[in-house]
Amino acid sequence: MLGATREAPPARRISHARRIPVALLLPAAIGLLFLLLPLVGLLVRTPWATLPQRLTEPGLLTALRLSVQTATLATLLCLALGVPLAWLLARVPFPGRRLVRALVTVPLVLPPVVGGVALLLVFGRRGLVGSWLDETFGVTLPFTTTAVVLAQAFVAMPFLIIAVEGALRGADTRYEEAAATLGAGRWTTFTHVTLPLVAPGVAAGAVLGWARALGEFGATITFAGNYPGRTQTMPVAVYLALETDLEAAIVLSLILLTVSVVILASLRDRWVSAP
Amino acid sequence: MIATRLRTVLAAVAVLAVLAVTGCADEPDAPPSAGDGISGELTVFAAASLRESFTRIGQDFESAHQGLKITFNFAGSSALAAQINQGAPADVFASAAPANMATVVDAGNAADEPVIFVRNQLVIAVPKGNPAGVTGLADLTKPDAKVAICAEQVPCGAAARKALDAAGVALTPVTLEQDVKGALNKVQLGEVDAALVYRTDARAAANDVDGVEFPESAGAINDYPIVVLTDAANPTAARAFVEFVRADTGRAVLTAAGFQAP
Repeated sequence: MLGATREAPPARRISHARRIPVALLLPAAIGLLFLLLPLVGLLVRTPWATLPQRLTEPGLLTALRLSVQTATLATLLCLALGVPLAWLLARVPFPGRRLVRALVTVPLVLPPVVGGVALLLVFGRRGLVGSWLDETFGVTLPFTTTAVVLAQAFVAMPFLIIAVEGALRGADTRYEEAAATLGAGRWTTFTHVTLPLVAPGVAAGAVLGWARALGEFGATITFAGNYPGRTQTMPVAVYLALETDLEAAIVLSLILLTVSVVILASLRDRWVSAP
Repeated sequence: MIATRLRTVLAAVAVLAVLAVTGCADEPDAPPSAGDGISGELTVFAAASLRESFTRIGQDFESAHQGLKITFNFAGSSALAAQINQGAPADVFASAAPANMATVVDAGNAADEPVIFVRNQLVIAVPKGNPAGVTGLADLTKPDAKVAICAEQVPCGAAARKALDAAGVALTPVTLEQDVKGALNKVQLGEVDAALVYRTDARAAANDVDGVEFPESAGAINDYPIVVLTDAANPTAARAFVEFVRADTGRAVLTAAGFQAP
């Protein structure tokens, strides 16, 4: 084997070219450590002895179920509104497009608590839209599960839009042009050509959005408040547990982490194995 | 070359000498309090509800002791206690609840026995002018009333639970807020009709809210303990500050903010 490699210079050249440069490997390893070490910190402080007993605490499942449900609904809302918006930004030149693109990222920059106050000022009982909802339909949003979904969608949507817009801009537009030449309208082109083409980008955006929605805390507790079974999601439960019991907070965080990793990993396998 | 460099060095030495001389010349002008050893840096960790009062008291304390620089860290008492027990550099800790002080004492981080320096009492915060005519806890259980209280994990929530139990009122709030300012904000924004907050918080937001006193709050009074910490870098100034807070000037500022004497 060794001799064969020596006598075949092209192969050696390839293996040389494939050697991972230290200049990339070192920062990559440090980056991975930086992301994983806090998780190790949590695992070290986990009260493994009392873990089974803590897992059966009554409020836990309720908060977990609410978190998964609301994050999923928020992701669906992001998909329904975000994909069309991303398409508009990527495909339709209109005046002020750069400004709109910048404005879409506002929720990323805004501290989530401020985002929650902003949502209250719009959708609250006295808010710009909320007061009209209250007078016309008798509907008030704050302190409801709907408010949780709205708060999560508000912070998660930019992640989806950026991912989908990037995929759209990277996609080859000649397929769309060909479809148009063959007589397909813009809607048919979008559903039959564009969407399948950028499906991986949409999936990546949805995963990012879902993860962000699942971890949402600031906007949720400000806009939706905290009430077990109705608006108390896992991050809110973790924050309150921190007030009195560090170990309970760690257990709750680990459960949230485990559930999200399991769900994301199983979804990924399904997508990858799909034809 | 060498001559130039030498001249530069000499010039620098001259400047330093002048600075040193002026520095010395300044010394006789220093205030008499410089002799009491209370100077340098002082770091005070204090509960969020003390922000307005302690900022005032801190300014008074600084002007009484020239050469002293006081830095405050205001946050929730439990967060502060956790920071102190994790080794955050602080000289004094003022907590909004004895429970959070106890965690610091139990960890061996208190230099002395904590002393209660003020008390705080709950009131019902309602929008300015009290449009719904709230007069007591019983009004909060009306079918359409939206009420915010603090979560039981934080001191204002524990006090609210105690007061509600004492009054025998079965209240279903729309939200259990993470801190007292969260509950107050919901009244200020008009999202709830009433919230149980401390009298000091209602008074600080007097432009937007009224505080309705109710008798059952007497059974749920919150004690505020203060202590000098073991790792205090400036223990002399720390002890002087605690004395200052408990003396007449400090007491006057705290009372004006709505706190009660212990």
